[in-house]
Amino acid sequence: MKILDHAERADIFNEDEKRVDWHDETLWWIRQKRDKSAHQIPEWENLRNAASAIKSNTLSNLHDYLLEFEKNALKNGIIIHWAVDAKEHNEIVHRLLKEKGINKMVKSKSMLTEECHLNEYLEQNGIEVIDSDLGERIVQLAKEPPSHIVLPCIHKKKEEIGELFHEHLGTPKGNADPQTLTEAARVHLRDTFLTRRAALTGVNFAVAETGEIVICTNEGNADMGAHLADIHIACMGIEKIIPKREHLSVFLRLLARSATGQPITTYSSHFAKPRDGKELHIILVDNGRTRQLGREEFRNSLKCIRCGACMNTCPVYRRSGGHSYHNAISGPIGAILAPNLDMKQYADLPFASTLCGSCSNVCPVKIDIHDQLYKWRQVLVKEGYATTAKEIAMKTMATTLSSPTLYKIAGKAARTTLKYAPLIINNKFNAWYLQREMPKVPKSSFGEWYKINRKNNE
Amino acid sequence: MNSRDQILAAVKANQPELTLLPQLDSFFQGQETALIEKFTQVLTGIGGKVTVVADTTEIISLLKANYSLDQIRVISPLSTMQEIAINAIDNRHPHELQNVELAILPAHFAVAENGACWLSEAMLLDRVLPFITQHLILIVNKIDILPTMHHAYEKIGNEHYGYGTFIAGPSKTADIEQSLVLGAHGARSLWVFLI
Repeated sequence: MKILDHAERADIFNEDEKRVDWHDETLWWIRQKRDKSAHQIPEWENLRNAASAIKSNTLSNLHDYLLEFEKNALKNGIIIHWAVDAKEHNEIVHRLLKEKGINKMVKSKSMLTEECHLNEYLEQNGIEVIDSDLGERIVQLAKEPPSHIVLPCIHKKKEEIGELFHEHLGTPKGNADPQTLTEAARVHLRDTFLTRRAALTGVNFAVAETGEIVICTNEGNADMGAHLADIHIACMGIEKIIPKREHLSVFLRLLARSATGQPITTYSSHFAKPRDGKELHIILVDNGRTRQLGREEFRNSLKCIRCGACMNTCPVYRRSGGHSYHNAISGPIGAILAPNLDMKQYADLPFASTLCGSCSNVCPVKIDIHDQLYKWRQVLVKEGYATTAKEIAMKTMATTLSSPTLYKIAGKAARTTLKYAPLIINNKFNAWYLQREMPKVPKSSFGEWYKINRKNNE
Repeated sequence: MNSRDQILAAVKANQPELTLLPQLDSFFQGQETALIEKFTQVLTGIGGKVTVVADTTEIISLLKANYSLDQIRVISPLSTMQEIAINAIDNRHPHELQNVELAILPAHFAVAENGACWLSEAMLLDRVLPFITQHLILIVNKIDILPTMHHAYEKIGNEHYGYGTFIAGPSKTADIEQSLVLGAHGARSLWVFLI
């Protein structure tokens, strides 16, 4: 079966225009909250610079920081595991549960486990996983992946959630009140927290200097799960390391403000040691990260702290929805991370952008996201992963733009055609014209205009 | 080669030339002085409640006026709260805290810029207590309000804790159509008393 590409999925999303408008406006509202929050900090740009520099240093010394983190974590009684890929990561989690005879686990948000498709793997092995973040629980009940890394069910209307909860949690039919639905989830998940012996969480930051990990949530679900379980498994990509504890100040000031406009998440929990008599395991996962580290042009993508600001601001994301990216991490950042995992499968994603640069401007760690999108396009075409139409168009464009004569002829031809026979270009076979009005065709090119007007001025 | 060595070798081979860490000194300069006002404004803005009190007696009378204390389970490690709270719990069974209605905990310090209070394991009785309780009361000394997170981590320094957390407001979610709902999985309300 052919996997639908971004444009095809965006088409499906755009069938319901009202929903697209609503999605667009909701995310833009979050972007505006981010702006308001950031503007209250006069040193905001310095914070971004500092965060980016700390992450640069981290990537440049990652080998030693990983060793330092491991040493300090072990000293604190934490058990460390290393996984080269998603498969090994999933197997480690499964083994840890099997050793304890556990077949039910509660999980808080972890994009890494989405990347590794852990839930599916565990379910195939007879282990029930319940996602405890409200948004994640909602998409889990709907049997969908999250559509946003911070707001997993941002694509869903409350009426649809009401329907899901009626079916699965027994809330009254037709009730779509967020307060009532959240309360129902609270009761249902409290029972889950109290009865699960294993809890899995993600990791926001891991401090090399102290061997501790920091997990941020608004709901308190990571803490509820971890503190009530016999075994807490925390999964992290190796790039989540930061050198020192004091660096947390920079990242915690930036993270929530960039994500939702909050001054900080409700809970920023620091786990340094397991509870008495309980176990804390940390799985350090590579899954392509060392490869990305070696790609000079793309390694900065590993600085990402998963705030989602680039998605909220992206005109393409807002109007195409997270699912159109067919990757665990959607939006602009997902589009520069995914081709590293599989160039063929994700060849369409770097093209799902207008290259407007808004993503780079809001990124709290100053990743040059739109430059990387542009660079991925070059790589993908060179490696032969672009679609044939795109390749021909780009090659023709390159030839035309590199020859002044051809450029002039092409310009003139386009103006004439658009003036006298617009249907040849503006028809339903030209994707560029779908849902787009073009400006009026000028009488002459700038070059022709300049020639005449320079003469007039002389 | 095992996975650990394989990953470390790949990192070593692919990591770029060493760059320097930035100085953070400048972030300590020119920060807010009206710390109580700032803290109160920010925490109120994110759903918490702040009251300045003269002493713990005043806290007790305010709690008595707002909760039917004799009908609910109240837990606190503070000896000053003995009149209204119990300080003994069974750490082997944190699940047993599920019916706690009110937890009264001391915070080491608070942060004005984001309304967060820092708690560490030594003062919690149990890690799950500030989360599992229906309502959370935190007590902070007025003089322990710091301007920013930089000051916060300076204060924490290299303290050895097993667990510590910043708490800023009640548990909340906006996952359903971005409608803010207080009381997701953790405490439904947060009331901070400044002494």
